[in-house]
Amino acid sequence: MDLRSIGEAFIAWLQGLGIPQGWVLLINWLLGTLIILGFALTLALVLIWLERKLAGRIQDRLGPNRVGPFGLLQPIADALKLLTKEDITPADADRITYNLAPIIAVFHILMMFAVIPFADRVVGANINVGVLYLMAFGALGTMAMLMAGWASRNKYALLGGFRVVAQLFSYEIPIAMVMMIPVLLVGSMNLNEIARGQGSLFGLGWFVWVMPAAFLLYLVAALAEGERAPFDLLEAESEIVAGYNIEYSAMKFAWFYLAFFLNTWILSAVAATLFLGGWQGPFVDRIPALGVVYFFGKTFFMFFLFAWIRATFPRLRIDQMMAFCWKVLVPMSLALLLGAAILVKLGQQLAWPFAVTGGLLFVMNVVVLLVTLSLLGRYTRTLHQQQNKRLFTPELPRL
Amino acid sequence: MIAQQYGLVGVFALIAFLFPIVTLAFTWLIRPKRPNPIKQSTYECGIETVGDAWVQFRAQYYLFALIFVVFDLEAIFLFPFAVAFNKVGWFALFEAILFVLMLFFGLIYAWKKGALEWQ
Amino acid sequence: MVGQVLFILVAAITLLMALGAVVAKNLFHAALFLVGVFFGIAVLFILLDAEFLGVAQIVIYIGAIATLIVFAIMLSKNVMGKEAGAYNRNWYAAMAGAVFLFLLLAWLLLKAPFQMVSADVPADAITQIGQGLVGTYVVPFEVASVLLLVALVGAIMLARER
Repeated sequence: MDLRSIGEAFIAWLQGLGIPQGWVLLINWLLGTLIILGFALTLALVLIWLERKLAGRIQDRLGPNRVGPFGLLQPIADALKLLTKEDITPADADRITYNLAPIIAVFHILMMFAVIPFADRVVGANINVGVLYLMAFGALGTMAMLMAGWASRNKYALLGGFRVVAQLFSYEIPIAMVMMIPVLLVGSMNLNEIARGQGSLFGLGWFVWVMPAAFLLYLVAALAEGERAPFDLLEAESEIVAGYNIEYSAMKFAWFYLAFFLNTWILSAVAATLFLGGWQGPFVDRIPALGVVYFFGKTFFMFFLFAWIRATFPRLRIDQMMAFCWKVLVPMSLALLLGAAILVKLGQQLAWPFAVTGGLLFVMNVVVLLVTLSLLGRYTRTLHQQQNKRLFTPELPRL
Repeated sequence: MIAQQYGLVGVFALIAFLFPIVTLAFTWLIRPKRPNPIKQSTYECGIETVGDAWVQFRAQYYLFALIFVVFDLEAIFLFPFAVAFNKVGWFALFEAILFVLMLFFGLIYAWKKGALEWQ
Repeated sequence: MVGQVLFILVAAITLLMALGAVVAKNLFHAALFLVGVFFGIAVLFILLDAEFLGVAQIVIYIGAIATLIVFAIMLSKNVMGKEAGAYNRNWYAAMAGAVFLFLLLAWLLLKAPFQMVSADVPADAITQIGQGLVGTYVVPFEVASVLLLVALVGAIMLARER
């Protein structure tokens, strides 16, 4: 029961047919691509149903329940509807850029699926720069949204495009610093190696136990990177109607919609891989196929968290959001990174046992988190006092 | 070895790029096409557009983008250091701390100068 | 063989994109062509087995620099959306400068004593880059941080002056 061995057996079978090595590789790549892409597109349908159903239940509604059992066929019905809808391109739009933007948006998110390790070495491309690769294609997504915002030639769209850049850029800094911590602990940017590095303690030696504050920080920054509430300012209905994709309809809108849901799933999968051990879990060394179960369990748990937060929290104001990133998350992520580097190096040089280093890391995380929270708490209290004094001219929050 | 892994990335990129194009072409075949000037006008909740949408933007956004570029470069410099972390000594750690602290002072400077305020 | 065909193909596309960036009338389109050029260069790096440089190219040049250029275009008054055109009355001087720069670079490339190495790229290339950054090349590494700090301070000073 090893997914890896099925692939190897398939390659051996192809070679046995007398096909030259180059063609075997090409067939292998093509099959891998089709499997992962097919999986990603099916996944999108499931995610849309799941999020709508969850949001419905959390907000005391039923959610989709008409098409098929439990409304399971609703996304398929939606997809068919979007396929056959009339596509309206605004007369003023810059046509080439306008049509290219949704293509790039889908392209960037699908590309990320190529490096996600679903189980031990069950991964499209096991590359050594996995973490940076994810950042690179994330940057391409920002470009796609900026293109959409500009090409629509609509004020809301352009404003949405600018907000995309301001928000995604800002939150990329803390997320990059926090993603560096698992890289530092393992000594590799390879996502599979990072998951493998969390195999101690019977497959439960996940980095979330030693770096809980880093995990929380990733969670918050990922909400912003995934354009999800409470950080969904770039598509705030009450302010800029729908943001950068306002002028898009039919299938082109569907592509942005799909990219949005898959982006959330990728962020969940990265959180699971970097902090929750990825495919690691008890008995995974004996039964490798269990890795798939563990990986999907953790990823969907993260997705559930994201959906829960989105269904619960109100939206922030843009000045609050930017200040929170640069004045709270960035210093906190730098402190966590430096603290982790110093403690791990101390542990290595003085040959502490792993438990001591881990314990100290945990204490460091708790201290950083508590200091941040107490500073934030003190700031909010003074803010409330100021607002009570001058009730009708509330000051802009300053930190 | 490296080329083998990127072969899949290349094939993947080709198909992932062609797939949305093919789908859009397919919907172009089956969807209705009945454009009219009102339908194609710029959407502003039913109100007619005043002026061009492509207006000049505030420099605030540019300032944040500049700060971002500086920190992004810092992250790129630190990633190889993080990978090599287990194989370097005290002195290297000290250098990396100096590197990060320098940027941290930059952040504090930006903070004090009010560059991080969103007006 | 396959590698060479791929290299020529990607290089040709990259050059075409560069040409597009120069002749595009709309500045935003020129910036998008530039993004294409950056992407092509990243692919060339990966074809040369320099994976770290390849992804760093995308992160920095597409993620940061290109977006900064797009921002600069959007922020300049009366430029956005207008047909700018690649020619003005100084184009002779610009052309002379470009040709001179090209000849200089070509001469340097031909003169430079490149060493051909047939060995494979080591598997731990990124680790070696990291060790080099804090070992042999520690001075450029620290100078880079000072440079970044100066850039940050300069940007804030310029933007605050309004």
